[in-house]
Amino acid sequence: MSDSDADRPTDDHVPGDDEFEPIQVFPEAEEMDLRPGADNCYKCSTCDTNCPVAEVDDEFPGPKFQGPEQWRLKRGEDTDIDPSIEKCSNCMRCDHACPSEVPLSQMHNTARGEYVEEHVDKLSREYVRNRILSNYGTMARIGSKVPRLTNFVMGLSVTKWVNDRVLGITSEREFPEFATETFREWWDERGGGQASRERARKARAASESESEGEDEGEDKRVAYFHGDYANYNTPEVAKAMVRVFEAFGYEVCVPDQRCSGTPMFANGMLDDARRAAKFNVDTFRELVDDGYDVICSCTSCSMALRQEYPELFDFEGTETVAANTYEALEYLRIHEDLDRELADSDVETPDFAYHTPCHARNQGLDGQTLEVVAAIDGVAAHDVGDSCSGISGTYGWKNEHYETSMAIGEEMFQHMDSADAETGLTECPTCAMQMEHGTGYEIRHPLEVLEAALVADSDVQQ
Amino acid sequence: MAIEDDVLVIGGGLAGVTAALAAAEYGDRVRLLSYKQSTLRHASGLIDVLGYAPGGCESGDGDGDGSGNGDGTGESNGDGEERRDGLLVDPFDAIPGLPAGHPYERVGLERVREALLFFDSIVGDAYEGGHTAANALVPTVGGTVKPTARYPASVAHGLASDSRPTLLVGFETMPAFDAPLSAAHLRAADVPFPVRGATIPFPGELRDDAKRTRYAHVLDWDESVDTGTGAGDAPARAVLAETIRPHLEREARLGLPAVLGEEHPGVIRRDLEERLGVDVFEVPTGPPSLPGMRLEDLLYGALEEYGVRVTTGVPVVDHEASDGGRRVDHVLVDRKGQEVPYRADEYVLATGGLVGKGVRSSRDGVTEPIFDCHVPHPEDRYDWFVDDAFGDQPFARFGVAVDHELRPLDAREEPEFENLRAAGGVVGGADFAAEKSGSGVSLATGYAAGRRAGAEVGK
Repeated sequence: MSDSDADRPTDDHVPGDDEFEPIQVFPEAEEMDLRPGADNCYKCSTCDTNCPVAEVDDEFPGPKFQGPEQWRLKRGEDTDIDPSIEKCSNCMRCDHACPSEVPLSQMHNTARGEYVEEHVDKLSREYVRNRILSNYGTMARIGSKVPRLTNFVMGLSVTKWVNDRVLGITSEREFPEFATETFREWWDERGGGQASRERARKARAASESESEGEDEGEDKRVAYFHGDYANYNTPEVAKAMVRVFEAFGYEVCVPDQRCSGTPMFANGMLDDARRAAKFNVDTFRELVDDGYDVICSCTSCSMALRQEYPELFDFEGTETVAANTYEALEYLRIHEDLDRELADSDVETPDFAYHTPCHARNQGLDGQTLEVVAAIDGVAAHDVGDSCSGISGTYGWKNEHYETSMAIGEEMFQHMDSADAETGLTECPTCAMQMEHGTGYEIRHPLEVLEAALVADSDVQQ
Repeated sequence: MAIEDDVLVIGGGLAGVTAALAAAEYGDRVRLLSYKQSTLRHASGLIDVLGYAPGGCESGDGDGDGSGNGDGTGESNGDGEERRDGLLVDPFDAIPGLPAGHPYERVGLERVREALLFFDSIVGDAYEGGHTAANALVPTVGGTVKPTARYPASVAHGLASDSRPTLLVGFETMPAFDAPLSAAHLRAADVPFPVRGATIPFPGELRDDAKRTRYAHVLDWDESVDTGTGAGDAPARAVLAETIRPHLEREARLGLPAVLGEEHPGVIRRDLEERLGVDVFEVPTGPPSLPGMRLEDLLYGALEEYGVRVTTGVPVVDHEASDGGRRVDHVLVDRKGQEVPYRADEYVLATGGLVGKGVRSSRDGVTEPIFDCHVPHPEDRYDWFVDDAFGDQPFARFGVAVDHELRPLDAREEPEFENLRAAGGVVGGADFAAEKSGSGVSLATGYAAGRRAGAEVGK
């Protein structure tokens, strides 16, 4: 926060102070300096009134305490991070609420990391469970080798019992099914980047034959950050991303990648997060240098690459990747005349009950999906309000947080119930889980709607 | 491609929302961009127009220097309030005498009146005060009275002009409203009614520093709480009424801090009134303010109804001009690292003043960060303030200077851009805290700027 008072000391009682030189009062403010953020807080408590956890859990002291107040208390050497930090779900609504630019989620991530590092027994059930949940990709990689068997086993009541009693993973939820073919398997089978380059070229040629121009779109290339969930569980979303971007003439590349780190931040597993982030930054930095923009279909993945990486890590290229990462619809809206393309489209879909993920909201993407689908004939989407879905990734999977998670989600469930639709729509895979869990609705991704509107049926087979 | 609209309003407070609604009346495609959640929830929910004559102004029954010096009878409180002489009876009488450059002088008396009517038409029964041009006097948590033109229906029974005996009740865990102290201040200010204060525990077992919204929601949902009398659990509103009952003597009205529900304030008030047989009113608080949140809900509901597109969470950081610098071509929104262009025909700047960060200051000067509009201010920064903390502070009036169409003016007093208008706190020339004119200036300039922008699109 360059505008903080710490950076720009005020100069009361210094008349005619052209010679004024700021004194370095806080020498420790050299490394990861959260002091300006703490000082920017003027205690209006707006963050607290926006915290969905504090709203339903009277034991939780809220973001103002977890962030600036805890930071200040920690200046005392005998003060430890309060265990209540683990109740924060990392929805980041406090960031959106703060009128004074206090980096609350950065403070929470840092505090949580320190708490887990110093105070959680590495042999405890909780630590093991959280490690498993936040490294979902590892589990999924193994499980998806034998998807039918895994789905069968995960659905068994004995498995749920073990998860519940031994690991503390709630048995109330159904484990998401693994796809019988992962997105990456499909992608390789289809011919990988080479095939994509060819398809994109054909799409450009088809649209330019009308204008008889040269192929001006050769530099239209994007690198897809699909994340684990779209790979293992919802490959139809990832396929829709590929087909929609190719239809607009973009060559898509799908590099090796790790989890974005979102569940690791939320569980205080900062070492795991650092390793994953480093791998991703190294990979995508090179692609950005080669002229690729980075596209995410999950709004928490894009949040991690754009905000959390630069806030928490400092690898070479972190800022470069952050500055060239986009959410998929956002990118098309900025780089294509999406409204015009959609104006001619006509597609019959059921009506949707649309939920904006909190992390999408923090990227200025609230309203985007509603605006985009409003341009499509035959598609109606109803906003279900601005409440949090309550699941916040792995949070709602934990026994001790399940009820909190469902209590937070109640407002959204009610609005979905009263909306004139029986299919859900959202960008975030875990919000989708919660929406399905609370209502029984089938949940779609906006890219799937775009695919239905813009991609010819014959191309959807491929 | 930029994201395209007809009118783009930057800022989600009272001025921005009013501008967006006024522009949308023309059928234009309007977008409102707000960096953060609306600051309406910081506001008391009262709509003041002009409570005190500003300094150097001969109008009304002002105290001449209008400097905001307190007379010692009041303490500052959540509203930044201080009771003084020079209180205006009718703000509209005083407006024609305001100095050149004051936002009301810029838009003119008729626009101020229209803006109030426009506000009335949007909020409907939720607000009162439109029956008279005179200022109403609303008791505040600090025990002062605030002159205001419109007020939420929930405070109506509390007006200081009402002579009925009054009981104020505060909650042990909510020190922002000390009811006995507040009552003592009101008595010291010679209000024309007997007033006492009492402090009680709030029903249920909220934590000591519970969020103000939790109080409201316990009553909204009439949560089941322990009666505290050994009689088991009962609905929260009933328990609240029974806890208050022994404190009521012959009072005809009861004032509580403004936490009586976020969603159902009318129902909760009526419920308490029926149980206790007295009129119930709310005393507005500082942030987080429930009356402010209710106003936010009302106005954002209206935006949805009017078809205004709302984008939040990301700041506007810069602009590109066209037409040799005469027009704003597009603005750039920082979406976490990417600068995304938003284009419109007309723009309204409603980003707030020094506190809202629509105006920034540093050792080098005072600036408007998005369009780099000229902000008049003395070159020597020791002339920005006076030593008396409550004196006539020059910085309080810092903001862009505007023409009669509310276009920001450059140093040569020419419009900075043909298609940019300013509204609310970013407009200089008014010390809203001393005058009690913040809401009125936002409404009047927001309404005038939005109308003008909306009309220009049609041309």
